[in-house]
Amino acid sequence: MCLAVPGKVVSLESNGTGKVDYLGTTVLANFSLLPGVKVGDWVIVHAGFAISRLDQKEARRTLKLFKELEKLGPAD
Amino acid sequence: MKKVSLEMGSGGRLMQEFINEKLLPLFKNPYLKVLHDSALLPDSLALTTDSYTVDPIFFPGGDIGTLSVNGTVNDLVVSGARPEYLSLALIIEEGLEMEILEKILASIKRTASRNRVKIVTGDTKVVPRGQADKIYINTAGIGHLVGRPRPEKIKPGDRLLVTGPVGEHGLAIMLARNNFRMSSRVRSDCGPLLFLLPLWKKGVLWMRDITRGGLATVLSELAGKIGFPVLVEEEAIPVSRALKGAIEILGIDPLYLACEGRALIVVKESEAKRVLNILKKQAPSRQAAIIGEVQDRIGRKGEALLRTSSGGLRLLEPLTSELLPRIC
Amino acid sequence: MTPRKPSKEPFSDWRSGSTVKGILEAIRRETRGLDRPLRIMEVCGTHTMTLYRSGLKPLLREAGVVMISGPGCPVCITPDYYHEAIIDLVTSNNNILIATFGDLTRVPTARGSLQTTVPSAGSEIRIVYSPEEALELAQKNPGKEVIFFGAGFETTIPAIAFTVKRAASENLKNFSLLAALWLIPPALKAILQSGQVAIDGFIYPGHVSVIIGQQAYRFVAEEFRTPGAIAGFEPADVLLGILSVVRQIKQGRPEVANEYRRVVQVEGNPVALALMAEMLEPYHADWRGLGHIKNSGLRLKPCWQALDAVRKFDLALQPGKSLQSSCRCGEVLKGLLEPVDCPLFGRVCNPDHPLGPCMVSYEGACLIEYKYSSGAKKK
Repeated sequence: MCLAVPGKVVSLESNGTGKVDYLGTTVLANFSLLPGVKVGDWVIVHAGFAISRLDQKEARRTLKLFKELEKLGPAD
Repeated sequence: MKKVSLEMGSGGRLMQEFINEKLLPLFKNPYLKVLHDSALLPDSLALTTDSYTVDPIFFPGGDIGTLSVNGTVNDLVVSGARPEYLSLALIIEEGLEMEILEKILASIKRTASRNRVKIVTGDTKVVPRGQADKIYINTAGIGHLVGRPRPEKIKPGDRLLVTGPVGEHGLAIMLARNNFRMSSRVRSDCGPLLFLLPLWKKGVLWMRDITRGGLATVLSELAGKIGFPVLVEEEAIPVSRALKGAIEILGIDPLYLACEGRALIVVKESEAKRVLNILKKQAPSRQAAIIGEVQDRIGRKGEALLRTSSGGLRLLEPLTSELLPRIC
Repeated sequence: MTPRKPSKEPFSDWRSGSTVKGILEAIRRETRGLDRPLRIMEVCGTHTMTLYRSGLKPLLREAGVVMISGPGCPVCITPDYYHEAIIDLVTSNNNILIATFGDLTRVPTARGSLQTTVPSAGSEIRIVYSPEEALELAQKNPGKEVIFFGAGFETTIPAIAFTVKRAASENLKNFSLLAALWLIPPALKAILQSGQVAIDGFIYPGHVSVIIGQQAYRFVAEEFRTPGAIAGFEPADVLLGILSVVRQIKQGRPEVANEYRRVVQVEGNPVALALMAEMLEPYHADWRGLGHIKNSGLRLKPCWQALDAVRKFDLALQPGKSLQSSCRCGEVLKGLLEPVDCPLFGRVCNPDHPLGPCMVSYEGACLIEYKYSSGAKKK
């Protein structure tokens, strides 16, 4: 039940809900737990509620770390 | 008191148990024993039957009418037979709007002519309101063999192909049935597999249409049948982009989602590339792919294994009881 | 065989074989020379799922790390008597509508499961995906009493709290909540205090941490000197968490690392935490397998009792006779028993005939082991 990949906010309604897109499939989400969400933000939605915003800078930093670890090669 | 559960008809393990323990011993005969999609009868005849109870009866990409013709046609094709004649039995709930019935009949007619089969006999029953859900359809199909499945010839190195992206029918039905607060571009892949018939002459050893239980269940059945393990690569299995998004949200495994117009094909190693090229030239199988091979190094006898995109190995079990919608 | 080149998805880098290999090698470099494999508990069932579904468990074993599944499956740890109370309610009352999450309906109890229950006239059991759907069912069915049976950890609790608050503000009289809400940190404390399981470190659940933040686990590092890392749910996320824990163990410097920084903030989600504090209060709760744990459950505060199904319907939430005495889900949940070592696993207890919740829930350790692991020990 903790499954949740990031999706992109594609629309916002005045009642605090909106649509989140996952590669062409959209889901209705409630944004009440995540004030200040904007169209274009990447968010984690759980049980119909957006609970976190994706930090792109941190994501890029992790990807860089992956590349560094790959370069180190095998342990033995 | 033991009662019939929904899972018994879900195409998974419980249904296998029911067939093996209750049906086979009771009706024992050499034609039934083979348990292929169709019975192979004397004079190169193949006979198959299937009932359709899909809910909802109309869904993105098809309806119960297209399904009832394609499903039976496809069962014959993967058994090596050219479909010729179909029977059509309708069980209709009192009160169904005539317009809906006519629409379904039009789908049946269109799909039958597309498949070059004739509907030659039939039956109509109407049951009191509430005793059926709108409409159920049974079709039986008969045709002559143009090829013959030879699972006993399958050996390590032979290649496994799928004819297109998997899981779309299952997901389209799930989304059409349930209010997931989701909307998706995913449409059912419901369609005829008639274009596979010529492949029986091109080194194909075995085919199976991927229906309930999805690709994983078919692979596991295949592995059980041939006495060698099979290994497929997650990265090689075609999955449409819209489906990828939807399964992430729902947390479901696309390898267990049903198709209604895709097949798994086992081809001799030497012919695999050629068969793939033939498939890729045809519209319904443009996205066909070689997804794996029969093994003798990795895995144990009877196991279907998946090499995940992360590089790990995992077992593919047949579908087990889960909350599944009625999909065909 | 040439694999089809997949189009780029936002998660593909976190699933790629080369990334996974890179991190595995880094783990192997750390564990080299250790005289025994390290034992790390993944608390969350979704992590268990990632490890099995991507086939990482055997690769980790080769790299010197044994993963132990923890209690992080709300369906698994919710005691039977919640289900039994619901079953009694729908079988003895008309016009009750139970709305609940899918896998809760299949948990077997001494009185059957919600799925096999035949409700009284006008009563029914419906599956929903969001608590708000339950609220909408109450709006659409004014003639019925709608009870949302919600089981969940901190990830799900704010959504449930929000829904109850909305029901109150809309003055919805026919909606109530049966709360089976559980808190992760007290459960970790109970596991550590019992000392029954040898654990070298923890992988903390990523989305629970989204809500409660990083500080909530500090006692694990400080009081119990046990390393831990918050991790996300892609294969590379989990491995990165494991790498961090392995390094902490090697250096003897336990801390609460956050390896899911793109999603988890240090302070958690303040709006969600405030809402939880407004609506709910902690109590000493019973967990299946783990028993009575201090301040480990949340229930509605007395001021919201009109929306509390326990009070509204006078539900008896008390241990009755337990099902299958031979079911050892409890030990599995504590990390004391591997699913395959349970004598029931496979032949007697399987997804078609589950005898305990761990074989029912999508996040249950037994179901995951059954579905994704090689079949030598089955049947």
